[in-house]
Amino acid sequence: MTRRILTHTLLYIILIALAAFYLLPIYLMLLTSFKTISQVDLKTMWSLPISGLHIENFIAGYKQLAPNINNSLMMVIPEAILSSLLGSLNGYLLAKWKFRGSNLVFSLILFGMFIPYQSILIPLVKFMQSIKLYGDIPGLILVHIIYGIPITTLIFRNYYAGIETELLDAGKIDGAGLMGLYRYIMFPLSAPSFAVVIIWQFTQAWNEFLFAVILTNQSHWPVTVALNNLAGSQLVQWNVLMAATLLAALPTLLVYLFLGRYFLRGLMAGALKG
Amino acid sequence: MFRKFTLRVPRLILALALILGGAICVFFLWNVQLIIAGKNLTSIGILLAGLVFYTGIILIISMFQSETVLSIALLLPSMVAVAIFVYGFIGWSIRVSFTEWKGLNPDYTWAGLKQYYLLFQNNPRFVIDVRNTAMFTVGFILGCLIIGLGLAILLDQKLKGEALFRGIFLFPMSISFIASGVVWGWLMNPSTGNRITGINLIFQTLGLKSLISLWHSTPMPWGMAFTVIPAVWQLSGFTMALYMGGMRSISDDLREAARVDGASEFQIYRFIIFPMLQPVTLSAVIILGHMSLKIFDLIVALGNKAIGLDVPGIYMWTTTFDGTNYAQGAAIGVLMLVSVAILVVPYLIQNMRTETQL
Repeated sequence: MTRRILTHTLLYIILIALAAFYLLPIYLMLLTSFKTISQVDLKTMWSLPISGLHIENFIAGYKQLAPNINNSLMMVIPEAILSSLLGSLNGYLLAKWKFRGSNLVFSLILFGMFIPYQSILIPLVKFMQSIKLYGDIPGLILVHIIYGIPITTLIFRNYYAGIETELLDAGKIDGAGLMGLYRYIMFPLSAPSFAVVIIWQFTQAWNEFLFAVILTNQSHWPVTVALNNLAGSQLVQWNVLMAATLLAALPTLLVYLFLGRYFLRGLMAGALKG
Repeated sequence: MFRKFTLRVPRLILALALILGGAICVFFLWNVQLIIAGKNLTSIGILLAGLVFYTGIILIISMFQSETVLSIALLLPSMVAVAIFVYGFIGWSIRVSFTEWKGLNPDYTWAGLKQYYLLFQNNPRFVIDVRNTAMFTVGFILGCLIIGLGLAILLDQKLKGEALFRGIFLFPMSISFIASGVVWGWLMNPSTGNRITGINLIFQTLGLKSLISLWHSTPMPWGMAFTVIPAVWQLSGFTMALYMGGMRSISDDLREAARVDGASEFQIYRFIIFPMLQPVTLSAVIILGHMSLKIFDLIVALGNKAIGLDVPGIYMWTTTFDGTNYAQGAAIGVLMLVSVAILVVPYLIQNMRTETQL
């Protein structure tokens, strides 16, 4: 028994040390973003904000990033909703209405998830320019929806594959067709995977950098591009930068805190099958 | 295929209306620009009108009672989108990589393998990129696997507060590589002496002076090794989740049976759990590997395009969009694709085969 207590204590010590390491960057962000610039001196980097909490950094950071946070929201919300609808339809068809070659079609779609986007970047830019969607948010939404097809299809397909086919057979006897079965049986059952996909696409598009930096011009930059630019300029003070970083990361952090369950499921689905 | 046809008049009327309306809108938008709130949305308008048109077609197909045809028809828009944006564009990139295209205007003069030759012959930057990618990939995969498995084992001990720890280890995954690069860039500040700060300052205060390091500013080639730290910070939790999923699928009965047979906890892991986790390791290696082969944003945010931390993703970006050497940029992109395909395609084929057997 004492040996058990000893090992448990040891395990907890290891776990707590590891947790401290994982939380270190967040701790530093919070610490710094509440300090005045005189306290952000190199030597006092780790000391607590002694002269009280200063929220003016967040106001300054927000002033810097507000248009970009707005751009990101304008992009991410329609993108997440539309790509989940598309993924749901694709997933349903590929899970329940297999035709000859449907597994090949699925694998070919799935490959799109892994490609380095550098390998399609030049044609993409030229194409977006030619259809006049280059430089602005609608074009970025379209691109995110199209390159989101593989992962959204995968998550929905795996989810629908787990739903009993007997349920559909019962519907068929009642005279429902392919679309009727989707509307009255599958779609109402899909709420959990809609949550997973919407959260996944939201997080991905919010955090995405390459498409954002290549396909938008400065006035339409999403928040990741603006943040990188802010960090690269030598003029910004660390306390403001940390507050801005926190603001930029806040939406996905909140999603993680409150909807972490679904976020984790998206992660696991993205890992294909073990 | 079309064995039955059931005419439904209301549906037919609706279908014809959608087809006609969609066609008129497409025709109209082809000639007139659609500008809403200062944005040129003509292409989006054409796309939507085209989808309205296509919905009409689908309604007509649906009257033929052939579910296979209907299923394919409904999948077609996504299939076309992927065919163009993934496969068509890859083909186009390959085509560009065989040309002389330099400068903003497309130049499709055939150059054969010249661009690839230029990368592999006497190109010090590409050598650095390949070495950096190799170093990063090995460090990143090993780091994530070892730490991820370690964390999974720790949390497998049925301790109290497991959910809290799991949440802490996983949350970095929700942050963008850019945000994480910005913060870690500060934590791993290389200044020493009077200007010492960041983690180095902690080491100094703790008296661990030998650990003080220049981090990712370490001279080539070892600076790249330190970029693994933020990457592992972000994705070891994910690897842990994969392993935990794998461990959960191993039944408790199996462990209990081994215990009854006198196996120690260590032996249970060594001879029962680890072998059963091999498929998880394989998919983790594929996922982490393809991420590290195309690593880009994290390095941009950390290294600010320093040459010692250059990777193909950044090389492609600067060559194409700063240097306007499109042909060379395309060649780098194609090589990145080849490296990922070597890793992923066998896995996808394997996945497809097992699916077909079911």
